[in-house]
Amino acid sequence: MTRIGVLALQGDVEEHIAALRRAGGDPFEVRNCADLAQADALVIPGGESTTVMKLLTRSALDRPIVERVHAGMPLWGTCMGMIVAARDVAGLEQSTLDLIDITVRRNAFGRQNESVEVELPIPALGEPPFRAIFIRAPWIERYGPKVERLAERNGRGVMVREGSVLATSFHPELSDDLRVHRYFLQMIVDSQAGKAPTAA
Amino acid sequence: MESTGTVTVKRGLAQMLKGGVIMDVVTPEHAAIAQEAGAVAVMALERIPADIRAVGGVARMSAIDLIRGIMDAVTIPVMAKVRIGHFAEAQVLQQLGVDYIDESEVLTPADDKYHVDKHAFTTPFVCGARDLGEALRRIAEGAAMIRSKGEAGSGNIVEAVRHMRAIGDAIRELSVAPGEELVSRARDLGAPLELVAELAKNGSLPVVLFCAGGVATPADAALMMQLGAEGVFVGSGIFKSKDPKRFARAIVDATTHFNEASVVLEACRSLGISEAMSGLDIRALDEAQLLAPRGN
Repeated sequence: MTRIGVLALQGDVEEHIAALRRAGGDPFEVRNCADLAQADALVIPGGESTTVMKLLTRSALDRPIVERVHAGMPLWGTCMGMIVAARDVAGLEQSTLDLIDITVRRNAFGRQNESVEVELPIPALGEPPFRAIFIRAPWIERYGPKVERLAERNGRGVMVREGSVLATSFHPELSDDLRVHRYFLQMIVDSQAGKAPTAA
Repeated sequence: MESTGTVTVKRGLAQMLKGGVIMDVVTPEHAAIAQEAGAVAVMALERIPADIRAVGGVARMSAIDLIRGIMDAVTIPVMAKVRIGHFAEAQVLQQLGVDYIDESEVLTPADDKYHVDKHAFTTPFVCGARDLGEALRRIAEGAAMIRSKGEAGSGNIVEAVRHMRAIGDAIRELSVAPGEELVSRARDLGAPLELVAELAKNGSLPVVLFCAGGVATPADAALMMQLGAEGVFVGSGIFKSKDPKRFARAIVDATTHFNEASVVLEACRSLGISEAMSGLDIRALDEAQLLAPRGN
């Protein structure tokens, strides 16, 4: 069975684990390299990106994650996870893992008083719109040529995909709606189906 | 269509802080040190609790320029404190745009009977609690995050342990209580029945639970996390230590990897012979010097 790791250094780990389980996945916490080796896919949850980048470096998980994703491991970052996965951060000297060719701007929709719940149309998920929860959320300012734009809010990118890397600036793990989690599970299935011929 | 200040959004920010350390800072320079060490948020205030104790007098909401300067200095969330019951101070902080308001017993209470109606605000609130009844009363008033009170500025972990154990024990007891007991238990806890029934069903608080008040070393942080805290507030423990940068980083590492003794060992070792803040014996304090009993 496909095992989905949730990076468990800091943030809303439990919420992702509960949602992945309800969506039919087999999630577990990833705290070190040995855990990462057991994962077929990885979710980087919501949290604080400056904190988690430091903790990734200190626990020597940064390079192994990059290598696994380059070798085809599906990855999904939500909010903080999107920032960590981005190529760079607008206006800040902040290091990232550079796993998806986007530039993000942190806290772009505002501070906590501007955090919102929004009915967000996501064509790839069909109707109805997704009840998206944005918390001090980033937006996407630049897209690489291979990046697929899946959703926008007020004209700003908030959900993108490049190959087997997915990024959302909102928190599907806080909604009752499991469609984004199911979408990621399907990405994992597709990437494994795509890999099968080469493996055989 | 777009809803700000919902319960989900207010509780949600605390969920994003889980597993992290929130540090008291009194200058933008402190805030930068905290962020660099890996803090998930900072608490902006004029004096850390140990100095509030030393100075005495009435402790109030901090100067606005000081909080603003700290908000400009870091990208992580900034919290600030108001006096218990002082809803006008809270209105000011909401207008300023801080990310979280701490209705705190560390400041001198403004109202000796009532807390702020926190439902009335877009900005979320964190409140202290010594036991489950107190935690549920604050949640009923609209708190979106709870921290065990401990005894702020004491450098002594014993009260934080007492409060975290009291909350954890009461949750465990309620989660196995038969349904017919819930009304009486709600009465004894002094908390609304609906919150008590929800907690009995879920076996956990509906909001994130951090610990506070007395954390002075990496091992203190690891202790509180193993007792069930979902994160740690460190007040005087960092900037009253002899080497704040090292203490800040070591406490972050021990909080992240609280279950791995090898990492906590390394965090303790990284301090060299630097001293933690000197602590107070809680039993030697007069009742008037205790902060935790303020607000109930």
